Amino acid sequence: MEHIFTDANFEEEVLKSPTPVLVDFWASWCGPCRMMAPVIEELSEEIDGATFKIGTCNVDENGQSAQTYGIMSIPTLLVFKGGQVVEQIAGTMEKQSLKERVMKHAS
Amino acid sequence: MSRKLIIIGSGPAGWSAAIYAARASFEPLVFEGPEPGGQLITTTEVENFPGFPDGILGTDLMDRCRTQAKKFGAEVLSEDVTSVDFSSSPFKVTANGTTHEAEAVIIATGASARRLGLESEKALYGKGVSACATCDGFFFKGKQVAVVGGGDAAMEEANFLTRFADKVTIIHRRDAFTASKIMQDRTAKNPKIEVVWNAEVVEVLGVDVGHVTGVKLRDTKTGETRDLAVDGVFAAIGHVPNTGIFKGQVDLDEKGFVKTQPGTSLTSVSGVFAGGDVQDFRYRQAVTAVGSGCMAFLDAEKYLAAKEHDA
Repeated sequence: MEHIFTDANFEEEVLKSPTPVLVDFWASWCGPCRMMAPVIEELSEEIDGATFKIGTCNVDENGQSAQTYGIMSIPTLLVFKGGQVVEQIAGTMEKQSLKERVMKHAS
Repeated sequence: MSRKLIIIGSGPAGWSAAIYAARASFEPLVFEGPEPGGQLITTTEVENFPGFPDGILGTDLMDRCRTQAKKFGAEVLSEDVTSVDFSSSPFKVTANGTTHEAEAVIIATGASARRLGLESEKALYGKGVSACATCDGFFFKGKQVAVVGGGDAAMEEANFLTRFADKVTIIHRRDAFTASKIMQDRTAKNPKIEVVWNAEVVEVLGVDVGHVTGVKLRDTKTGETRDLAVDGVFAAIGHVPNTGIFKGQVDLDEKGFVKTQPGTSLTSVSGVFAGGDVQDFRYRQAVTAVGSGCMAFLDAEKYLAAKEHDA
């Protein structure tokens, strides 16, 4: 299942999550973000939610979260573990490579 | 099991070839690669594609092409091709650890934006160094950015970025732009744009603090260096063809583009065809890529028919 992260729920859903979290920072005007969207969605279906939480955060509507993590380029994917950023990926990436990079953080 | 046709690439050329091939019941396999949709994805409105009088977003155009190819039966894989073997038929194409075979291959891997090629640039990618002005301009509201280059693309990016940034400095290594007159005029009239002539970026500053703080410039005439404080760096210094995996497999020209026989999509290997920017450094348009992608399919179709006839 794909989650939607916002400034309002970021702390609860991402920082305090017991499982690692993948956050896809995106915006509607960003072409590469739109190409990544189906990849993220497929990953969220393939990966068990009990292992990894996967979701998106719209930078246009959630400027605070984007700013806190110094997002200056989208798409940027961040992996959080125990409230800390453990992986940052900027730009597009095909599914299998992304899956490998993300899953090495699975607990 | 060998299939008839593999298409490598998912820009206008790849999709055009895929639509024709799928419609002709070739059941082509398309590898989307690391930059699905190709260069159009980082543009804004495409206003010169025939049939869209109100313009269309590059991403929407590619989405539609993808849908159209799939509708007719193209198989699409979101994978990067890591190696090819064109030494004997069927040709081998390896992606994601699996080797696929086909009697014909169309190369449509296009070209990607050229980077400055600096270690500091790589280290700060996504932290002020951007490869997509339309994606990232938003993050530079009220800030100062540098655009490197002197062609139409550099002018376009600089003008676009003034929607967000307070000041845009174009850094060009010569004393005159190569951009078209209309783009140069537009740039000259923009009060937010400044130009630094005869300068090249030798380092992006800010690696120590984790985000871009400036660029180190070297005067191409005097050799003197100086620092320019900026928050972002955008390079628009041309394109390089994506042909790394084809080295030693098909003939490339001195710039790395796939060599095709003039007026056709035929490469140095019989049964391997090329369309789009990967073999075109001259026109480089979505429309010409669509055209040469179609040519690649028609050439492949003819090749496969002759092969079948001989068998």
